[in-house]
Amino acid sequence: MAGVSTVIVLAAIILLVPLAPGWPQVKASFFDGGVFAQTFPTLLKAFLIDVMIFAWSVPLILMLGLAVALARGAMAPALFPLRIFGAIYVDVFRGVPVVLTIYLIGFGVPGLGLPRPWNSPYIWGTVALVLTYSAYIAEVLRSGIESIHASQRNAAICLGLSERDAMRYVILPQAIRRVVPANMNMLVALQKDVALLSFIGPVEILRQAGIYKSLLANFTPYVVAAVIFLIVTVPATRYADHLLNRDRNARS
Amino acid sequence: MPEAKLSLRGVVKSFGENAVLRGIDLEVCEGEMICLIGASGSGKSTLLRCINQLEPIDDGSVWLEGQDISEPGLELGPVRRRIGIVFQSYNLFPHMSALENVLLAPRRVLQEEGRALTARAEALFQRFGLDLHMHKYPDQLSGGQQQRVAVIRALAMRPEIMLFDEITAALDPELVGEVLNVLRQLRTEGMTMLLATHEMGFARELADRVCFMDGGVIVEEGTPEQIFSAPQVVRTQEFLRSVLR
Repeated sequence: MAGVSTVIVLAAIILLVPLAPGWPQVKASFFDGGVFAQTFPTLLKAFLIDVMIFAWSVPLILMLGLAVALARGAMAPALFPLRIFGAIYVDVFRGVPVVLTIYLIGFGVPGLGLPRPWNSPYIWGTVALVLTYSAYIAEVLRSGIESIHASQRNAAICLGLSERDAMRYVILPQAIRRVVPANMNMLVALQKDVALLSFIGPVEILRQAGIYKSLLANFTPYVVAAVIFLIVTVPATRYADHLLNRDRNARS
Repeated sequence: MPEAKLSLRGVVKSFGENAVLRGIDLEVCEGEMICLIGASGSGKSTLLRCINQLEPIDDGSVWLEGQDISEPGLELGPVRRRIGIVFQSYNLFPHMSALENVLLAPRRVLQEEGRALTARAEALFQRFGLDLHMHKYPDQLSGGQQQRVAVIRALAMRPEIMLFDEITAALDPELVGEVLNVLRQLRTEGMTMLLATHEMGFARELADRVCFMDGGVIVEEGTPEQIFSAPQVVRTQEFLRSVLR
């Protein structure tokens, strides 16, 4: 049944869309096979820049996110300022659109007249991504930490462990395991948002596609870019969903 | 009478408006086994949690071998390692094998390492008949086995006194025996123990002293013989009638 309906829907799309009056123009400017083949290799190479920025951002995001999560959960009265700081940090960077953060930091900080290489858009673009995404990751981690029952902490400190060791050896390992799927989804979103750095300079895939668009007066390079993103993000999302389902089944 | 290992003097504890302990005095001597009995909500569990300072007390004091351990601001790590506690719900660390559960605290707190520590832990597993299950994770063990691992985990810190908070209450009936046997074994080895329990037969068989708690106070205290055969207080009589029926 599912198979039949799928075939019918696909057939309808394939048969009906070309009947639209504007289809020949759309086809020519978005799905030009020649342009596709011509731009694909360069765009794939440009995509490596996205992958690179992603790769060095992830460890920074995870470290900062963990630090902020721990700051927000700090119990001791003396650490109250740390908690407040954590809360403000999370509110600010989750509340501002990523593009804005990238603009403000990516144009603002180099505007201070820093010498090379400290005016690089790669550096400040990365900083913007790290600040934004660690705010999200911090919240996910904090929810994970809070989901671990207090009896675990109690059991640990009753054995004489310090609060710190209880967090490090008992609570965090369980909390992190629990939020892996949610964080995977965050990282997929990050991989896409890396393309936003194109607005402040780096010639990564989106910018390169824009250059081709102007050069060839054709939108097909954007479709190429979309395809390249999908090749990476679809398997990653599927994997995250798989982890999530496995977790849900294991707990029920 | 020798100096008490542990003594509680006028311990008071409230949760908000709810006074859970209203002045508890209790002395536990070296090698003694004391059972706390009483209905749910009588304050048995809270009393145990106030002893190792898991709950700060509102008034009174708790003394461990002549040291006031309820003093505010006292560093509690060194105190807690001397007092072992086992909970009703086992509370094993699910991401570690049984052996790792046992090794964690000696490593981090006592700075023990290597072969000597592992050998000591393995000996404990052997002593309580769990050496075949050492490398399993908590979710691969039965409730009774998990609870025995929890006892081993506490013993690995070489505590001077052990607190047991209704440790058989969450177990299926057929698993209760194996856990009580562990307590029997500790009794013969001379461990100082304080138990909150609903196992009246067990309390009668092994306790040196039985304390009946009701409404946050120790209503009656005596040898098992006195408490179970000839309780003096009406509330004790009523409680025993309801549970021994």
